[in-house]
Amino acid sequence: MALLTPDFGLLFWMLLNFLIVFGILAKFGFPVITSMVSERRDHISKSLQAAEEATKKLENVRQESLAILDEARIQQTEIIKKAIADGEQIVRNAQQKATEETEKQLEAARRSIDLQKEKALSEINAQVALLSIDIAEKILRRQLDNREQQETFALQMVEETENIRRKRSHKR
Amino acid sequence: MYIAAAMLLAPLCASAEAHGGDGEEKELAIGDIITEHIFDSYWWHITTYKEHHISIYLPVIVHSEGDGWHVFSSRHLAHGEAYKGFRIAQKGEKHEGKIVATSAAGEVYRPWDISLTKNALALTINSVIMLALFLTVARWYKRRPKNSTPSKFVCAVEMFVMDVEEDVVHASIGKDYKRYSPYLLTAFFFILINNVMGIIPIFPGGANTTGNIAITFVLAFCTLIAVNLFGNREYWKEVFWPDVPVWLKVPIPIIPLIELFGIFSKPFALMIRLLANIFAGHTVILAFTLLVFITAKIGVGINVGMTVFSVVLSIIMICLEFLVAYIQAYVFTLLSAVFIGLSRPEHHVAHKK
Repeated sequence: MALLTPDFGLLFWMLLNFLIVFGILAKFGFPVITSMVSERRDHISKSLQAAEEATKKLENVRQESLAILDEARIQQTEIIKKAIADGEQIVRNAQQKATEETEKQLEAARRSIDLQKEKALSEINAQVALLSIDIAEKILRRQLDNREQQETFALQMVEETENIRRKRSHKR
Repeated sequence: MYIAAAMLLAPLCASAEAHGGDGEEKELAIGDIITEHIFDSYWWHITTYKEHHISIYLPVIVHSEGDGWHVFSSRHLAHGEAYKGFRIAQKGEKHEGKIVATSAAGEVYRPWDISLTKNALALTINSVIMLALFLTVARWYKRRPKNSTPSKFVCAVEMFVMDVEEDVVHASIGKDYKRYSPYLLTAFFFILINNVMGIIPIFPGGANTTGNIAITFVLAFCTLIAVNLFGNREYWKEVFWPDVPVWLKVPIPIIPLIELFGIFSKPFALMIRLLANIFAGHTVILAFTLLVFITAKIGVGINVGMTVFSVVLSIIMICLEFLVAYIQAYVFTLLSAVFIGLSRPEHHVAHKK
């Protein structure tokens, strides 16, 4: 029966040992370990959550940046299109201006040519008239020796000449 | 397979022993060896070399009726010698193996005896190991910055602690488990360390602490207190006025008596279970080891065969004992936690009125 009868001395030592161990570990041992572990568990779960959020945020940022990039690309094409159109417009304007200018110049040149031509023509006319008068005088001097005939002819001539002049001035 | 081998060899052994002339004497000595290793002792016997016992003699602390407390080395009591009126009771006497004193009237009695025996010393050593283990880990946590990665050792201890805390204590008790977890963790690791140290055959180990009734008694008593001290109203109502037909509790309180008996039988079962498992383990390992010496006289052939058999079986048994060491600590803690959980019923279905 020694197996089943607890010995007093051993009971005493066991109680002493166990209570001391329990007292010390219940105060400084296990709670420290378990609280630290649970703290770390909280920390880990929080970190995981934060990481997930960060990933989400990053994804959002990526989406946003993609959207911005797309928009920029659209704007870029628009700007280029506009620039091309503007350039074409400028070229067209310049061409038009140039044509107009040339035409103006051409007109002026034509006008001055006309003027010169007319001048020259009138000069020629005058010369021709003078020449013809000279010729006629020469011819007439031979024909008209008497006075009477001379006067009649002269009058007739004057009249004709005046008619021509009138006609010309009228023309202008 | 080993069992088959053992069964084949057993009759061989028995017949051989019957033939041996001085087998009887040897057998007795083997019984003594087993007893000495398994029961408590006033000195720590390490080995015997050429008829010399090499032992650590431990302090004896006794209180005699006549002249109070005595403290002396157990060396003085070795080999049946008497010292200051104290001696160790011999085989066949009352209080066998314990210190006894003779009173003035000539009566042999057992004095108050709180000697630091082998088991007491082993308990103390194991307690120191346990304190060192957990205080080191706790200190590691205090010293390090928060949330730093623990070392391998801390990790391993933490794994055991959290396993018991989560899977045993929390799972069995529920909401209020924080209050009990220091006790249950202490009980678990106290039993585990004592079990494991008991398996190690050389000096600081080898004492059969958890296979001693005094140790398991204290542990079971602590569980009894933990269960009943903090039991709530619902628990006591279930004990004294359970939900059964009235005739089962009014004239003769049958069910309350059974419940009351249960309060004590549960820790009693814990006490006996741990004791029996560890005691049996030690006995079996010793028996297998001693097989070598039993068969030494029989003959060389059998002895060699039995030696191989014994070593193989001892190895298997020791591995099994390590498993048992963990399982018994686990079972004790688990059942304690379950009993505590039962003492705090929460969602009890109310009486139908």
